[in-house]
Amino acid sequence: MPDDATERTSSPFVRLHNVIKHYGGVVALDGVDVTIQPGEAVCLAGENGSGKSTLIKILAGVEQATGGEVHIGGVRHTTLDPRVSAAAGVMVIYQDFSLFPNLSVAENIAFSRELTDGEKFASQRRNKQLARKVLERIGVDISVSERVENLSVAHKQLVAICRALASNARLIIMDEPTTALTEREVRSLLGIIRKLKDDGIAVLFVSHKLAEVLEVCETVFVLRNGKLVADGPASEFDAASLTRHMTGRDVPDSPPSTAQAVQNLLLEVSELHKQGAFENVSFSLREGEVLGISGLLGSGRTSLAKALFGLVKADSGTMKMEDNSIALGDPLAATQAGIGYVPEDRLTEGLFLTQSIVRNVSVGRLDSHTSKGFLNLQSLTGEAADWLKRLTVKAPDIHADVKSLSGGNQQRVALARWMARAPKLLILNGPSVGVDVGSKADIHDIIRELSQQGIGIIVISDDLPEILSVCHRILIMKNGQLTDEIASGTIDETELTHRLAS
Amino acid sequence: MSKQFWMRNETLVALVIILFCLFATASDPRFFSATTLSDLLRASIVLGIFAIGAMLVLVSGGIDVSFTAIAVFAMYVSTVLTLGTIPDLPWYLIFTLSIVIGAALGALNGLLIARFGLPTLIVTLGTLSVFRGFLLTFVGSERISSLPPGMRDFSRSMIARGTTEAGNFYALPLALAALVFVVVLTWFILQKTTLGRCIFAIGGSVESARRVGINVRAIQFFVYMYAGALAGLAGIIHGSMGRMADPFSLVGLELSVIAAVVLGGARLTGGYGTVSGTLLGVALIVLVQNSLIVVGIPSTWQSVAIGLLILIGTGLPAWQAKRAAERAA
Repeated sequence: MPDDATERTSSPFVRLHNVIKHYGGVVALDGVDVTIQPGEAVCLAGENGSGKSTLIKILAGVEQATGGEVHIGGVRHTTLDPRVSAAAGVMVIYQDFSLFPNLSVAENIAFSRELTDGEKFASQRRNKQLARKVLERIGVDISVSERVENLSVAHKQLVAICRALASNARLIIMDEPTTALTEREVRSLLGIIRKLKDDGIAVLFVSHKLAEVLEVCETVFVLRNGKLVADGPASEFDAASLTRHMTGRDVPDSPPSTAQAVQNLLLEVSELHKQGAFENVSFSLREGEVLGISGLLGSGRTSLAKALFGLVKADSGTMKMEDNSIALGDPLAATQAGIGYVPEDRLTEGLFLTQSIVRNVSVGRLDSHTSKGFLNLQSLTGEAADWLKRLTVKAPDIHADVKSLSGGNQQRVALARWMARAPKLLILNGPSVGVDVGSKADIHDIIRELSQQGIGIIVISDDLPEILSVCHRILIMKNGQLTDEIASGTIDETELTHRLAS
Repeated sequence: MSKQFWMRNETLVALVIILFCLFATASDPRFFSATTLSDLLRASIVLGIFAIGAMLVLVSGGIDVSFTAIAVFAMYVSTVLTLGTIPDLPWYLIFTLSIVIGAALGALNGLLIARFGLPTLIVTLGTLSVFRGFLLTFVGSERISSLPPGMRDFSRSMIARGTTEAGNFYALPLALAALVFVVVLTWFILQKTTLGRCIFAIGGSVESARRVGINVRAIQFFVYMYAGALAGLAGIIHGSMGRMADPFSLVGLELSVIAAVVLGGARLTGGYGTVSGTLLGVALIVLVQNSLIVVGIPSTWQSVAIGLLILIGTGLPAWQAKRAAERAA
């Protein structure tokens, strides 16, 4: 647990008193009180639409509060804009990091500082000096002249943190900082957060992944429907109680019923091999079975998932669906054999973001609603709408763009597309990445229900609680090989983490 | 490091230029002479100034196809105005007039793009047509060959001229100094000023630029105005050196210019581009347009050659980058 040695007695860096925010008639924040001490790590938890983003925007000066008081650094601000807020030391690290991919690490780190200093002339030497100093401060070694586009996600995040530090941040707000990181990268991030705290810099976490955040936070604030529903020392919360506060209901997290009775063999993979990605992968899957494949980033899990669906062509090996072999590297053949694939990055690989929700679902069913070359739009749309309803996609209008939906609803749309095709096997890569807690539980329910209908499911994920709670059987992947097979209920999270990392 | 060096467009283009020159010299030794060099330099001036402006726009994440129309508009209007008012105006004032007109038209592009957030290609396609049509309808559509004396003076001014010992005539016009000035100024803005780095920043990510507090609209406005001013300069140089104010000239050259810029490593998606690469791209295009005949390729093959150069010169690095990304995944 974090130590409480930081100056509790000093005046808070941020104090929000009875903050209210209306958007037209909609109440986004309803009298919220939040205080953040210098050097304190605070977790702001809440589902999508709970008002978290609004609160961040008010602190960052992007939105103005409709009512209440905002004090930053002991000064009451009646109007804030991003520059004033930044000058007061509030820095937001957005989920996409807001970096410039085409510029060097040094320039990215120094950019906002140069702007606030009002420098008219650019100096790469000055940028590099500043960047090195800041990188050293958090003890990270990244080449300052490297272009940011060549960095890993974890390094990009560090560059974003350094940029905040370079601008003399006193409060760093991190929006979903751990979503794209592997377990190990999360560890090192938490280490850096501790260093920042020692320097008197406050950190406000906004996160869906709760367990890891609780570890460094002193204080937790939970928002639900714009109201502060719980707050207090982190030690008084655990993952279950946080979830309860966020959703207002109990979300069951029980492991699946023990392995199913003997069912027909659905998929048989043997000796699948791809140079530089995975080797000698053999496993089988029965109808209605949920198989988890877990491994660290770079273990080859994503390549394997793509190979199973034919998006990546394996060099050798065989795949059989119900005793019929499937051509390797042919997504169409895989689809025809009844395999569906929901990719990890649904934003770039899975969905047509600027197309309507209903079109996103019906795109896989065009063939079945075509006669003599003409589409029967009515039946197509009707079927899609029906699936959206069955998967409880919350959308004001099914003809709205998919990008207007929350992460959880987008994932349901991606699922609905495949469900409409009545698949026999679904491959779900990171099914709940970027999805809030309530939706996550719903998606897990959907997985369980599909499994009961006899659909085979492969869940590829590094979210261990998720793997443990939905899978009947877990395969562990390391350096491109399946190294371990674990039956559900025989192992807990700590042991699984250990087996993954060892 | 060395691998990155070989993957750069600039390196590839420079290699092709060297190979081309070696090949041309082998097939006709007269190619390698001061005369050829000064001819090629002359031919690069207008294209080069255009290309520098187009590169700046590409770096900012936009595209400008209206610059040829701006150039011919500025050139023709300043010629007509000068002839109609003070025909004896010295060349530098006529040039200033043309640059100001160019900047004003560029500012109109900038206003539509920055203020109303319209797509850059659509705005400049529109203004290309509007500027040209306006010029031909309201200003005039006749070729003017009796230019103001100032412009003729300019075309006769040389930095250097003479005959080499081998008997080759060469002449470096004053206009070359304009290109050098534009190159140095643009390089300085892009590399050494915060304004220039902001241009790179908005080309890299507009949203990120807004979030760090860059005034995106002001930067965009500047970019299109600057490109317009350069177009005004290129236009009046073109008119002076060709000894003719032709309202039908220049338009149609846009794609060659953008081709040169892209060959030089600027990306259509924004955020990348260098002055040196752009100059190399221009050099290659000019070489192909003027000297293909020397190596025995008929001039009708010009556009095929340019097209192939673009496909290979920009396709190869893109393909390599894609393969590298796949290997990393």
